[in-house]
Amino acid sequence: MIEILQTLDYEPFILSFKLASLTTLILFLISLPLSWYLSQTSSKAKPFIEALTALPIVLPPSVLGFYILVVFSQNSPLGAFFEDVFGVQLVFTFTGLVVASCFYSLPFMVQPLQGGFESINKNMLEASYISGKSKLETIFRVALPNMKPALLTALIVTFAHTVGEFGVVLMVGGSIPGETKVASVAIYEMVEIMDYSMAHVYSGIMIVMSFSVLLSVYTFNKHHNKRFGL
Amino acid sequence: MMIQIKINKRLHGSNADMTLDVDLSIKEGSFIALTGQSGSGKTTLLRILAGLEEADGVIKVGEDIWQEESLKIPTQKRHIGFVFQDYALFENMSVLQNLLFVSKDRDLAFKLLEMTELTQLESRMPNTLSGGQKQRVSLCRAMMSRPKLLLMDEPLSALDVEMRNRLQREILALHKEFNTTTILVSHDPSEIYKLADRVVVLSQGKIVKDGRVKEILRQTEGSQKFSFRGELLDIIKADVVFIAVVSIGQQIVEVVLDEEEMKSFKIGDEVQVSTKAFAPTLSKV
Repeated sequence: MIEILQTLDYEPFILSFKLASLTTLILFLISLPLSWYLSQTSSKAKPFIEALTALPIVLPPSVLGFYILVVFSQNSPLGAFFEDVFGVQLVFTFTGLVVASCFYSLPFMVQPLQGGFESINKNMLEASYISGKSKLETIFRVALPNMKPALLTALIVTFAHTVGEFGVVLMVGGSIPGETKVASVAIYEMVEIMDYSMAHVYSGIMIVMSFSVLLSVYTFNKHHNKRFGL
Repeated sequence: MMIQIKINKRLHGSNADMTLDVDLSIKEGSFIALTGQSGSGKTTLLRILAGLEEADGVIKVGEDIWQEESLKIPTQKRHIGFVFQDYALFENMSVLQNLLFVSKDRDLAFKLLEMTELTQLESRMPNTLSGGQKQRVSLCRAMMSRPKLLLMDEPLSALDVEMRNRLQREILALHKEFNTTTILVSHDPSEIYKLADRVVVLSQGKIVKDGRVKEILRQTEGSQKFSFRGELLDIIKADVVFIAVVSIGQQIVEVVLDEEEMKSFKIGDEVQVSTKAFAPTLSKV
């Protein structure tokens, strides 16, 4: 067993975690203003934006992957633009995977954050404005510290969801070792070539890691809620 | 310095739409009680003054214009104090941090904590405090910006009588110490009597009464009549008469009725208990 673990190719895991970390970071920065806006607005556009951001939850990953593939390809205006201006190719590259993952995991970041912002007593936010603090300062010093469980849920679930994605990654990234071959794709390939023992090892690692991450989130939330008498 | 308020806003109330239409001039250093039935626009008026809600019109505080036509100074720049009914303390900060969040003036923070006897609690988190303690912290926090205008939205209505009396004394002390102009929304006549020097009564968004406390609160002017409003809780038959049980404020009183009188009341009615008192006596309790 130890021998197997020593000789194991960890690159797909490293790639998965690199992808998940970057996606989580980028999505956090994008979702913060978006979820704040959604939590505070009573605009008629709100349900449309909410439905749009929730779309990746219900769509088959293949639909999302297909459109991303079409839009990112060098034949499309956007793909050509990125190629010409930044020299970046978006299809079958790691960069493309990050962008695709950001679309795919967006609701998992936005929804808990929005819920967290909505749960904050509006008077507390107004007390901060009255104290002379800007909206930005209020978000970072009053809102976020008072919604730690929601914040943690958003970060961890986005991370875990990105690690666990398969369909979009396969369609947009393919399976280039060291570039786009993440853990989930690697397992798929092992099953295809009937290397079940390696598939077992990879899958086992995924289960153990995912479970420990989720367990730590729920444990933290339980303690936090107890401390605040919720 | 005068505070001039002339504002207008359409409100979509729970009963019907109405227009909040208020024209008020307030002298510096005065203590105004704003009262009226719920839904009359009191809270909205406070929120407009704080810049938390939009309205048409003009708000001037001395030379400063807070609102005029297209111009509107944001809440952050008005340097007011605001005390919410539900305290609205920053739950992630200790008592002292709540105060220092407004201004880094530590001397002022400790002075306020001392005035309200909270010094011992400076490092406690809000969720470990009682309602009365929370509201005292909230009051201190409101004073940290040395506000020209202090706004309080039913700050004491969730507290018991003893705590209320204590906070009333502290509010008055702070009001005098900092020479602020204070507007207090309150339903409690004894609170208004103790604190305010002027009462403004709102109804359906309009000012219906405005004057000195004694004139407005004393409902039976000069008739030597004792008169109290209350709620009819129960009617009990006792031999040939009936006894009406009425709650007035915190007290329950019983009034004897005959059968004819009894017929005109039903339980839950708002009633007035009155008597001609030719020689009222006062004794210490």
